Amino acid sequence: MFHIRITKRQEPLSVGGSCLVLLSALILSLLLSGLLLFFRGTPPVDGIVTLFQGAFGSRWAIEDSILKAIPIFLCSLGVAIAFRLQIWNIGAEGQFALGAIGATWVALSFPQWPKIALLPAMVLAAAVAGGGWGMIPAILRQRLKTNEIIVTLMMNYIAILFLEYLVYGVWKDPTSFGFPMTPEFSEQAIVGKIGTTSINWGLAHCLILGVLVWGFFKFTRTGFEVKACGDNVRAARYAGLPYDRLVVLVMVLSGALAGWAGFLEASATVNRLQPSIMVGYGYTAIVVAWLARLHPLSIGIASFLLAGLRVGVENMQLDLQVPAAFGGIIEGLILLTVLAGGLFTHYRLIRGKK
Amino acid sequence: MRLLKALIVAMLSLGFCTVSFAAKEMKVGFVYVSPIGDAGYSYAHDVGRQAVEAMDGVTTSYVESVPEGPDSERVILNMARKGYDVIFATSFGYMDPMLKVAKQFPKVAFLHCSGFKMADNMSNYFGRIYQARYLSGIVAGSMTKSNVLGYAAAFPIPEVIRGINAFTLGAQSVNPDVTVRVVWTKTWYDPATEKEAAKSLLDVGADVIAQHQDSPGPQEAAQEKGVYSIGYNSDMSAFAPKSHMTAPVWNWGPYYTKVVEQVRNGTWKAESAWPGLKEGIVDLAPFGAMVPQNVQDKVNKEKADIIGGKKIFTGPIKDQKGVVKIAGGVAATDKELLGMTWFVKGVVGTTE
Repeated sequence: MFHIRITKRQEPLSVGGSCLVLLSALILSLLLSGLLLFFRGTPPVDGIVTLFQGAFGSRWAIEDSILKAIPIFLCSLGVAIAFRLQIWNIGAEGQFALGAIGATWVALSFPQWPKIALLPAMVLAAAVAGGGWGMIPAILRQRLKTNEIIVTLMMNYIAILFLEYLVYGVWKDPTSFGFPMTPEFSEQAIVGKIGTTSINWGLAHCLILGVLVWGFFKFTRTGFEVKACGDNVRAARYAGLPYDRLVVLVMVLSGALAGWAGFLEASATVNRLQPSIMVGYGYTAIVVAWLARLHPLSIGIASFLLAGLRVGVENMQLDLQVPAAFGGIIEGLILLTVLAGGLFTHYRLIRGKK
Repeated sequence: MRLLKALIVAMLSLGFCTVSFAAKEMKVGFVYVSPIGDAGYSYAHDVGRQAVEAMDGVTTSYVESVPEGPDSERVILNMARKGYDVIFATSFGYMDPMLKVAKQFPKVAFLHCSGFKMADNMSNYFGRIYQARYLSGIVAGSMTKSNVLGYAAAFPIPEVIRGINAFTLGAQSVNPDVTVRVVWTKTWYDPATEKEAAKSLLDVGADVIAQHQDSPGPQEAAQEKGVYSIGYNSDMSAFAPKSHMTAPVWNWGPYYTKVVEQVRNGTWKAESAWPGLKEGIVDLAPFGAMVPQNVQDKVNKEKADIIGGKKIFTGPIKDQKGVVKIAGGVAATDKELLGMTWFVKGVVGTTE
């Protein structure tokens, strides 16, 4: 009789090996998706080809995917910082909303400022609002021993309702026939597009912030402390690391990045604040952060791929009339197979006789 | 590894080729905000799409569950790039995204449902569903015993507020003591939330449930409690046969086929269209067996009057505080109707 045993690896799998596992997981999920397509009578190969074509098959498609990846990347970068410390920030959605609100407040209050002053002011307001919103659960956690998962999650609803209160009420555009939206931002408050592409300069923000976060963990003392505390809180506390201060720090950084994403969505893509800005990037960010194992570069790749998947599914819907729910199914399959594949990085299967 | 590389190359190259060489057929695209299987708003639009699909030399396609905002711009843009000749976007939040795309594709005909912006190649259109809601209000007002009607409503925007007001005026026209209680769900399509909303209305004594939601959740809640209900969008009687009295319904087919035909022979011009009962865009679903003949007759007579030109929002009409908002003998203009943000007297709830 052959048996399969699971044993722990002495060393984690090499980079090449990890990539192989990841690719096999992706291919497995695509095969399963193809099978589902087959069962509902859609040619599976056509389906997958249309998906890829819509996501990465042309300059437009790639631009669209990058554009959609920008807010996902920033939110995900944010939650990844908190996750490194094992602080479970589920509140990127609310911090994103607050960021958009902060940026909008500046854009509506000082529309005539020159671009060079207005945009940085909007970024600052967004980061402060998002970061401040992130700081509340961190402080509640320390003072009242509340669970940050619950508090950040609940605060999402408060943030979204606050956003709705503003756009249905005081900030409502008087010329909108009562529909919930603020007036359009002035030209100076809009982040422009790069050259002739449809991608906005938010991409550059992503690159810079990504490098900064990477550098923070790689080179700074505080970054090291966050990692150390994340690996073992008790040991780190024993070594005298300022755990409580780090919790506040990561939550503020986390919220500020999500807020930055909110600023970009309001300024660059919607050009105003409206409730439809909230499409769940804050929750997608959590998935992306886990898929990418919290590493900034991998988060970039994972955001791009996931954004591409969502863009590609639209193409599949349009050309093959696949239901929208199919996109969610593929996404779920990928997440499942990739996370399950994670088993192989730390464990190996050994086939042997009993 | 070599195998993997080959696989990736194959995937990418497959992505880059595949251009369609179809014969010169007209392509018509539809963008929906919710899934089409919901018996609701998007379903009604999709029935209209199927009428277009049945035309000779026309193919149609759609994308469903498209979030309002930046995602919709990409979907509309993608259709325009793929050479669609006519594009219908059927939710309010698609307005600005569609306008942006319309400016880039002057030869494509864009039609936006439920908004107010226009361009040389972009129409806006909607139906006067409030007329049908007025009629459904007559049914509800005639059938209630508690004189409390419940109304599960989506968002406090003029379209929904106008519908609630029309429903209330219809009910009051046969039963002056009636009040309409409103709860906002802040969802268009969420069966569980909308059912809960209807239950909360039942708890405060409503014995007829009406809805401005796209799911049949409120209908189910009414049937479980054993009270009557008014559906919306399409005939929802299958979901609650014992409760469902009638429903204001959409009938988009005639308008959609007309527009596509006009675009084909080059006579289409951007317009701001707001057809109603007269044009057959909106109607009432068939009455359930529980609606007595005299009520049906009353509704049919009223329907004939509206088709003949009767205006529902003719003063004196007071708001919740009793202030006269539409003066006696004066009919509200379309502009006032489109920007309506106040409730008529008899509605219990707020527009915030």
